[in-house]
Amino acid sequence: MARPITLKDHFRETRLFTSRAIVALVLCIALMLVLVARLVDLQVIKHDTYTVLSDQNRVHIAALPPTRGLIFDRNGVLLAQNLPSYSLQIVPEQVDDVDATIEELRQLIAISEDDEERFRKRYQRSRRFKPITLRTRLSDEEVARFAVNRHRFPGVDIAARLYRHYPQGSLAVHALGYVGRINERELQDIDASNYEGTDFIGKTGVEKFYEDILHGDVGVQRVETNAQGRTLRVLEQTPPVPGLNLHLTLDADLQRVAEQALGEERGAVVAIDPRDGSVLVLASMPGFDPNLFVGGIDSKTYRGLRDSPDQPLFNRALRGRYPPGSTLKPFIGLAGLEYGAVEPNASIYCPGWYMLDGDDHKYRDWKKSGHGPVDLTRSMVESCDVYYYDLALSLGIDRISGFLEPFGFNDLTGIDTSGELAGLVPSREWKRRVKREPWYPGETLITGIGQGFNLVTPLALASATATLSTYGQHLRPRIVAASEDPDSGEVVDFPVVSNLAVPAEDHANWHYIIKTMTGVVHSHRGTARRIGENAPYEIAGKTGTAQVFSIKQNEEYVEEDIEKRLRDHALFIAFAPAHAPKIAVAVIVENGGSGGAVAAPIARKVMDAWLLDKGRLKSDNDAGETP
Amino acid sequence: MNLLDTPVHDLGQRRRSLTQSLHLDPPLLLALLLLSGISLFVLYSASGQDIDLVWRQVVRLGVAFTVMFALAQLNPAPLKRWTPWIFAGGLGLLVAVLVAGEIGKGAQRWLDLGLFRFQPSELMKLAMPMMVAWYLSDHPLPPSAKRLAMASLIILVPTLLIARQPDLGTALLVASAGLFVLLFAGIPWRLVTGLAALGAALAPVLWYFMHDYQRQRVLTFLNPEQDPLGAGYHIIQSKIAIGSGGLYGKGWLNGTQSQLNFLPERSTDFIFAAYAEEFGLLGILVLLAIYLFIIMRGLLIAVQAQDTFTRLLAGSLVMTFFIYLFVNIGMVTGLLPVVGLPLPLVSYGGTSMVTLMAAFGILMSIHTHRKLLPR
Repeated sequence: MARPITLKDHFRETRLFTSRAIVALVLCIALMLVLVARLVDLQVIKHDTYTVLSDQNRVHIAALPPTRGLIFDRNGVLLAQNLPSYSLQIVPEQVDDVDATIEELRQLIAISEDDEERFRKRYQRSRRFKPITLRTRLSDEEVARFAVNRHRFPGVDIAARLYRHYPQGSLAVHALGYVGRINERELQDIDASNYEGTDFIGKTGVEKFYEDILHGDVGVQRVETNAQGRTLRVLEQTPPVPGLNLHLTLDADLQRVAEQALGEERGAVVAIDPRDGSVLVLASMPGFDPNLFVGGIDSKTYRGLRDSPDQPLFNRALRGRYPPGSTLKPFIGLAGLEYGAVEPNASIYCPGWYMLDGDDHKYRDWKKSGHGPVDLTRSMVESCDVYYYDLALSLGIDRISGFLEPFGFNDLTGIDTSGELAGLVPSREWKRRVKREPWYPGETLITGIGQGFNLVTPLALASATATLSTYGQHLRPRIVAASEDPDSGEVVDFPVVSNLAVPAEDHANWHYIIKTMTGVVHSHRGTARRIGENAPYEIAGKTGTAQVFSIKQNEEYVEEDIEKRLRDHALFIAFAPAHAPKIAVAVIVENGGSGGAVAAPIARKVMDAWLLDKGRLKSDNDAGETP
Repeated sequence: MNLLDTPVHDLGQRRRSLTQSLHLDPPLLLALLLLSGISLFVLYSASGQDIDLVWRQVVRLGVAFTVMFALAQLNPAPLKRWTPWIFAGGLGLLVAVLVAGEIGKGAQRWLDLGLFRFQPSELMKLAMPMMVAWYLSDHPLPPSAKRLAMASLIILVPTLLIARQPDLGTALLVASAGLFVLLFAGIPWRLVTGLAALGAALAPVLWYFMHDYQRQRVLTFLNPEQDPLGAGYHIIQSKIAIGSGGLYGKGWLNGTQSQLNFLPERSTDFIFAAYAEEFGLLGILVLLAIYLFIIMRGLLIAVQAQDTFTRLLAGSLVMTFFIYLFVNIGMVTGLLPVVGLPLPLVSYGGTSMVTLMAAFGILMSIHTHRKLLPR
């Protein structure tokens, strides 16, 4: 290979290289200065910005949910408590494939369709870094199984939570209510920040009414987390303020007596201490186990409860609106005395029916053959309808509705539990407004015996009975006696609130009516005589039947022929001891038929339990006692 | 050391110290050991106090220093003789990798030699500057146009082969190693600026040839906030780590970004961010000073080299080292797109460290095998 001989100028080449090396060094230094400038920009000029970003990375605010207040009855019997449970939570942000994760979790833990559906609903709504509960109340075995496999499920974790438990089961469920998971609508109404980390909210009853007090205030924790979201340490925290415990006026034993006395019947019993408005019994039967609702009820069980013909979910005591029937008669009778529309000893003749002038409609008496000559006492004892047709007519609808209203018949009682409905006392104004019709005199007649448009809830009826027993002292029924701070033990008694008193001040009239009512129970012709026979204390009472459907004119009414569901409702109101009342009771048995035979014995059992078994008859200083 | 190996014309034999007889350069060695020490310290923290990982790095450093020591013993003269064969072998291996990759239906960068995996592109990082220097060294500099064209071809072929793997980072590194030889060979500045302009003009063409993930990296570099939890996450978290470190740093083991796993790749490619977070700007200045010292020492060795081949080779190796650290720090600070290059001698990892230390071995060899003739 022919190669031209080239001469290398070593000196020149060395000089050339050295100059290039110097350029290279200058280039390196220049580029390093660019890096330094960049680092000064990041570490000095923008240092504060990046410090904030760094803290935002690692510091998370975690909510510390407060412990919900406990609920006790008046004797300290635990009605609602909190038990620890484990729930499975998913942080969406940290899970790549939620579907696959749920499927894999199914291998370890039972996840129902309902669980998944509920999870998906919340998954769409909530923010990506917030944990969402997939399953609650894991068994110990499930917790263990997950714990072993936890490394396979980033973003899935077990949270120890408290859940609500009602140790007495269905007892007093319609008074107590229950808690359930917070739904979207409730989220609109509550202060969402105070419910961070809280799963449950009061849905009905006392649990709902006293939600604010029971819930407490959420605490805050600043925690350091790693990139996977696991909490590493707590930087600072404000502890939550637990909810207050509540002590009810309710007596669990008495409540149980009432519920057992109702037995298989559908109905309600409400008992009130007339001296301070304390609700001793608030029973609606049938009931249900509130524990079913706490973790989220499965749809099959729920449908079963909802569609049952016995309507166990229906709170009859607060929301059942029944015609008061003859239990209204003491109040009408009192109105008659007050307005001078009756002379107590004057009799009218009862032929078994009543007719208005210019009207061929026969207003029947329950006793077809008639009661014969009837005065006020006998009208009450035998519950003569004709007497009250006549009395109602002479009083007129305006005076009747005006007199009944202060007893609370036309209003909410204002009890401190949720869901109450108002009763109804018809008036001309009401009929014009609602029915757009004038008032007819015949309607005045049936109003006098508590039929027609009259509607009352068992609670309102018991409250009116208590008001009657105390000569018109109208106290607001109350179910919570006191709250108690679980930390300090400080007890705050809830005040007794007076509603507007009944403006009938002649004690003689009250006394007279109460005396006639003792006749209902204790005289040998009384409609409730069977409960008075061996009573060791004096009872004032009044039976009632409320027509469920009306019989046609001239048609025979034979009870046995009517299907049970179409039978009259049986009602009974009573208080005892009649002249120093310590308990007022209203009982309604749906389709029970006879007030005296079906409803009155239930009231007697409740009064016996309170006055005899509990010894309240002898003690005089138990009103307003602190539990 | 056998006395027979000592060149008879070496006049300075009497004054030789121990390091010289071991063919080591004390200033360079000291700086490299200092960097290794820093590396172990940072790794212990960045790995979340994983002492096993630190020990593995110690083993790797041991291997790398052994390679350096071995190469330092090698006289540059035989190295120059073997250069064409080493380069040809490297090319052959690159083709082999590509073929294996075609068969294996996927990107492949290494050959599985049973005992360990060997990346031919690593070899090319050394073989490329050696080859270009060899090709230019026996002829007057600056090179003629014909030689320049031939040298360009030598650079282009392996670069394209590596880019096909696809390993764009290494391809650029290998190409720049060759180009630095040309720069040191004294090609006219007009040509340098012209090539730079041409490169800029060809950038869109390059875009066309890029893989999707490479395009994504460029897009992410241009706007990391567009996908803060996806592609942009690395850069955002890295900048947060560096920026929150401030002037003095959060202290060793106290960097929340790295300790709490927010910083990805924190013991490998992004170790600079972990270092910057815990040691601050002052720590970085110390680190950069060590790097600058190594570069200055390297360039001095190049300038003092006695023949064209070793001069060009030494200069290129030093500048490749600089490219490593500049690209890595530029990437971690968000100045450059994410290219998978480690921080030289600090990042956890084996292959690239061995190559780098081999280069320093060659540098030491060049420096310690000089014939002490008056210049």
